[in-house]
Amino acid sequence: MLETIWFILWGVLWAVYFMLDGFDLGLGSLMPILAKNDTERKIIYSSLGPFWDGNEVWLITAGGVTFAAFPTTYAVLFSSLYSALMLILFALIIRAIPFEFRGQIDSPAWRKLWDTCLVIGSFLPALLFGVAFANIFKGIPIDANGIYQGTLFTLLNPYGLLGGVLFVLLFTVHGSVWLSIKTEGELHDRAASMAKKLWAPLLVVAVVFLVATAFSTKLYNNYLKMPPLLVIPLLAVLGLVMTRVFMAKAAFWKAWFASSLTIVSATLFGVVGLYPSLLPSSLNPAYSMTIYNSASSPLTLKIMLVVALIFVPLVIAYQAWVYSLFRHKVSEEELVYH
Amino acid sequence: MDALLLSRLQFAVATYFHFLFVPLTLGLSLIIAIMETIYVRSGDEDYKRMAKFWGKLFLINFAVGIVTGITLEFQFGTNWSRYSSYVGDIFGSLLAIEATTSFFLESTFIAVWAFGWNRLSPKMHCVSIWLVAIASSLSAIWILIANSWMQHPVGYAIRNGRAELTDFLAVVTQKFAVLTIMHVLSAAYILAGFFVLGICAYNILRKQHTEFFIKSFRVAVVFTLIFACFEVFEGHLHGGLLQHTQPTKLAAMESHWETTSSAPMYLLSIPDPEHERNLLEVGKIPYLLSLLATHSPTGVVRGLKDFPKDERPNVWLAYIPFRIMVTLAGIFVILAVVGWFKRNKLESSPGYLRIMQYAIPLPYLAATMGWTLTETGRQPWIVYGLMRTSQSVSPIAVSQVATTLVGFIALYSLLGFSAFYLIAKFARKGPEPLAASNE
Repeated sequence: MLETIWFILWGVLWAVYFMLDGFDLGLGSLMPILAKNDTERKIIYSSLGPFWDGNEVWLITAGGVTFAAFPTTYAVLFSSLYSALMLILFALIIRAIPFEFRGQIDSPAWRKLWDTCLVIGSFLPALLFGVAFANIFKGIPIDANGIYQGTLFTLLNPYGLLGGVLFVLLFTVHGSVWLSIKTEGELHDRAASMAKKLWAPLLVVAVVFLVATAFSTKLYNNYLKMPPLLVIPLLAVLGLVMTRVFMAKAAFWKAWFASSLTIVSATLFGVVGLYPSLLPSSLNPAYSMTIYNSASSPLTLKIMLVVALIFVPLVIAYQAWVYSLFRHKVSEEELVYH
Repeated sequence: MDALLLSRLQFAVATYFHFLFVPLTLGLSLIIAIMETIYVRSGDEDYKRMAKFWGKLFLINFAVGIVTGITLEFQFGTNWSRYSSYVGDIFGSLLAIEATTSFFLESTFIAVWAFGWNRLSPKMHCVSIWLVAIASSLSAIWILIANSWMQHPVGYAIRNGRAELTDFLAVVTQKFAVLTIMHVLSAAYILAGFFVLGICAYNILRKQHTEFFIKSFRVAVVFTLIFACFEVFEGHLHGGLLQHTQPTKLAAMESHWETTSSAPMYLLSIPDPEHERNLLEVGKIPYLLSLLATHSPTGVVRGLKDFPKDERPNVWLAYIPFRIMVTLAGIFVILAVVGWFKRNKLESSPGYLRIMQYAIPLPYLAATMGWTLTETGRQPWIVYGLMRTSQSVSPIAVSQVATTLVGFIALYSLLGFSAFYLIAKFARKGPEPLAASNE
């Protein structure tokens, strides 16, 4: 029971991370297309400035909880995905630094350097998290000793790449909607039309992904066993449709929440399908990392649960307060980055 | 070169680099919080300018500290998977608790502080920097509890082929952790103190914003003096504890080979690990080692020869860093005491100011030496007495680790160079005028 609770929490933490950092990563990826001049780039930085750091901690927590609740999965997963994960980490470093460094020296070359870092550092994690999670859904070649029998390129199979494309589209739509919320005038219009333009391919890729999942993974088995669970992928689709509906009404906060619903449900769709595995082995189901063979002791899970039940609601409360504190639109007069 | 050695090198690069930025975050957030509190209580705008000026340097440093911390958490999985699997029940939960209770708070409220000057009342704004200061120290406390468990594992049992938690309170409250926390936090506060004092000295010497920097100096010198004195006192407690918890580390840092009672200490000795002796021992102080280690002049101090060769750490890597660290600690107390007496006549003490501007790197060196002693002195164990470092590396390819090691060195060099360049640039430039700072 404890293991199952932690399995759900584990999925929720990743889902919340993708929902929150998703718009940072998506908007960072789109910056060269959306911003036509330096002022607009500064507006984009300013629209993310107060949020990205707090958002990224959800990743640290998701990683930390994998370590704490399922140490063997943490060990096998992260050593198996060594190169992919390291690429993500390096990318996240160069994504974060521009916020503090970019405006400190008044030189176009200096700004250009950090802008490039932001774009690469946002795009790569968006893509690679998608590739990684699609591969987790599908299973990776781990042997009886939890040793990975593949390379970085093993992960770049069609289904994995499809997952990568899906994440990039989810995050870029999410990010465009965010910029639409945070801006006025030309930049706002450009962001809103970008969100609408990206929405159609997102819908296509999402449908293809849901179909491909039936062929490439065993995720649907759990749903066949318990059909009411199908509400999760349905919510993802509903969220996606509502995102478009709200965009058409120019209700961008609502569109952002709908897009958040899509990201959260899409992540949970995969996680619930995995249960009770955390990392299936594509070589032999018996080699899979599951909540049974990789969980921590009951005592650790109990202590962690007490900590999570007290602090996670607290974190959500103060982060929500920060979002409302900085909910205002960013204008040229109110740039926080110079 | 094998994956083990490369992984150790990579972890060393990543932690050393991370810890160039962490101590300043820990200490400077506290100093800024004190300055802003003075502003809120007195209404003296100079202290607001101080908070802003030191805050600008703080944010540049903070960013690098944050991003380099993330890679550390994940390296336990990528490079030390066997370790993670074996002790994750205990070690992993400490890291997760750190993120949930402290890191969220720190990362969320730093944004409130940085962007909230015009959106919050002065009081609430001041609260946000206190939350950052408290959360960053709290975060360090959890990490140090985890590190202390690697140094001196308690509260566990070997079950199901791994170490499982049996007593959480024992892990969190063990004496080793308490002393380590006091030691590292004080070191961080000293480092931040010297950082502020050094930049003040630089600017006072050049007669730039003299009044502003004299005022900053007076805040920081009290802070630095308190922790420099405390650190020396605490260091002695530390040595005494090692006798019981990590006798091989104690013997290595003193290059002490034979188990003896009434052990003396030498001002200078030259270790000769190959022949298990010291080539030279000068400046004998009778009974001192026994006294420090066992609190009795005739106490028995175990020598390295008491332990199998494959359970001993590298003597040089413990012996030299220990001496550098202790010497520096003494220098810090002297410089802080002198600063205290000169605090009202700084402009007429150019000699002292000149020393202080060059003293900025010294606490960085001391902290680095301290960690070198702590971590290499624990070897060959990753968890002292329980698991060897050689048994804990991931089944990964040499080429993978070699690639990322090169990546770390390249990326971190760029980051480190840029960060120190920017900090130096703004430290020299001085504070914004009052009007600009109120924008």
